[in-house]
Amino acid sequence: MTALESPVPGTAVAYRDPSRLHQSRRRSRRDALVSMASLIVFVVIVVALVGRTPGWPVVRETFFNAQQFVDSFPGLLEAFWLNVRIFLIAEPIILVLSLAIALIRTMRAPVLLPVRLLATVYVDVFRGVPTILVIFLLGFGVPALRLQGVPNSPIFWGTAALVLSYSAYVAEVFRAGLGSVHPSQRMAARSLGLTTWQTNRYVVIPQAIRNVIPPLLNDFISLQKDTALVAVLGPVEILRQAQIDASSTFNYTPYVAAALIFIALTIPMTRFADWVQSRMSRRQRAASNA
Amino acid sequence: MRVPVTFLAIGAAAVLLSACGQSGTSSTDASTNVAAPSGTSASTAVDPCAKANLTLVSGGKLTVGTDSPAYPPYFVTDDPTKKDGDPTSGQGFESAVTYAVADKLGFSKNEVEWVTVPFNSSYAPGDKNFDFDINQISITPERQQAVDFSDGYYTVNQSVVALKDSKIANAKSLADLKGAKLGAQIGTTSLDYINNVIQPTEKPYVYNDTNDAKSALANGQIDGIVVDLPTAFYVTAAEIDNSKIVGQFKATKGGEQFGLLFAKGNPLVACVNTALAALTSSGELQKLQDQWLAGASAPYFTE
Repeated sequence: MTALESPVPGTAVAYRDPSRLHQSRRRSRRDALVSMASLIVFVVIVVALVGRTPGWPVVRETFFNAQQFVDSFPGLLEAFWLNVRIFLIAEPIILVLSLAIALIRTMRAPVLLPVRLLATVYVDVFRGVPTILVIFLLGFGVPALRLQGVPNSPIFWGTAALVLSYSAYVAEVFRAGLGSVHPSQRMAARSLGLTTWQTNRYVVIPQAIRNVIPPLLNDFISLQKDTALVAVLGPVEILRQAQIDASSTFNYTPYVAAALIFIALTIPMTRFADWVQSRMSRRQRAASNA
Repeated sequence: MRVPVTFLAIGAAAVLLSACGQSGTSSTDASTNVAAPSGTSASTAVDPCAKANLTLVSGGKLTVGTDSPAYPPYFVTDDPTKKDGDPTSGQGFESAVTYAVADKLGFSKNEVEWVTVPFNSSYAPGDKNFDFDINQISITPERQQAVDFSDGYYTVNQSVVALKDSKIANAKSLADLKGAKLGAQIGTTSLDYINNVIQPTEKPYVYNDTNDAKSALANGQIDGIVVDLPTAFYVTAAEIDNSKIVGQFKATKGGEQFGLLFAKGNPLVACVNTALAALTSSGELQKLQDQWLAGASAPYFTE
């Protein structure tokens, strides 16, 4: 329905027969009613089925206990601040590092072979190794070396491990994005007299990023949740706090509360990325129409 | 035309599934109805704690859970090449207690089956895969809402372990510990001690297991770890060079006790309690404590 409105002022909308328009509106209204009804029926059935299982009262008590929820929530929220901080520090570094790695891997100059090889080995190794091992290795291993002047803070090393691990993944996402830009774009840019750097900066990278926003967002969200892995080094973040609450009361409700807090951050982020992407593609269309 | 068909399908599925649900509940109702009278009649006629009358997860065997790795001095291994404990050895306090209880219930050593039960899944709702879990689990009223505990088989005090050159190595009072970075294992009452009794200025560090806490301590990432006293003795004597027990905490009201963990409502609890009472009155339990947890004393922290 929204397709009827022109996304960008000044762009053309195809002409449609008014009677057909009316018909299709009626049909879509009926479709909406049907989907709503079937959704309601589905939810009722699921609730009724789960509610009548013999173990449901116990499950409700152990996972959805209102009192436990209220008791644990403030502590969880406070602990979540650590996850947010780790995420906010790690994410920009990951973006820069992984884009650099992806660019290195796509460069073809023979003289850059050693760097390219290094980048490839890095990606291979850090994508293959479980993140938790990298965290243990940096978090407990490096401080055990007792080097002078090197921090031994578990939060520092945990974040560093996440950066190393995620940069390898995100570099591959960027590389796919760079590969998705048609070679003719690069050639056209070069023939206009742009340098390699300018070609990348103004032609290739903007298109590449636009193409990979959904997978990038995937990795962002994954990183948000993996900040919880830093807890193995000692710092108490949200999931650890939930675990502490759960183990002292023998009730899993704090995990559910933690999940809601994660979702509360994830959903707005997804919507934001959707918005950024649709704005980008609208602009692209507007530009090609002009 | 498509609409009615969809609705019909959903409706049919609903009827079908709800019918399944119903038959499921009614069959369990029936089975409990049958089981209850026979259970009561058996208890009046014969000893409910006789081996043949016990309700067990796997017939004829006593299935006991504990976490892996299992730590000395609660579990000790026969194998000199290994460090972590082996529950089946009968060596170590909790392993010995388990076999003593099993013996009282009429199980021979090879009728005891060990299963690995991570601490965090020991209290999961639903059927348990063990008759009881023994894993230095402290009895608390909150936990008793989710599971049943036996009577306590050991009264434990918490203590602080630090490196000898640490700034809290000579701490005498709780106030001396306030400024320290302290660590503990997740799910332990040791952590509650840090939060509720010491109340340090810096948030405590929490580890998956005691091994990680020990790594952090050895690395100097934290100033001290809080563990139960028998563990503290083992850690300082055998595991971390240059470490010492700084002190132990005075017991809270009623003391902190380890109990065996059972599924809520498991009738086996009463029988195990009878066995534990017999072991206590015969002095056997004390003997096992002396054997495995000997010398567990250290200066008390002042308020």
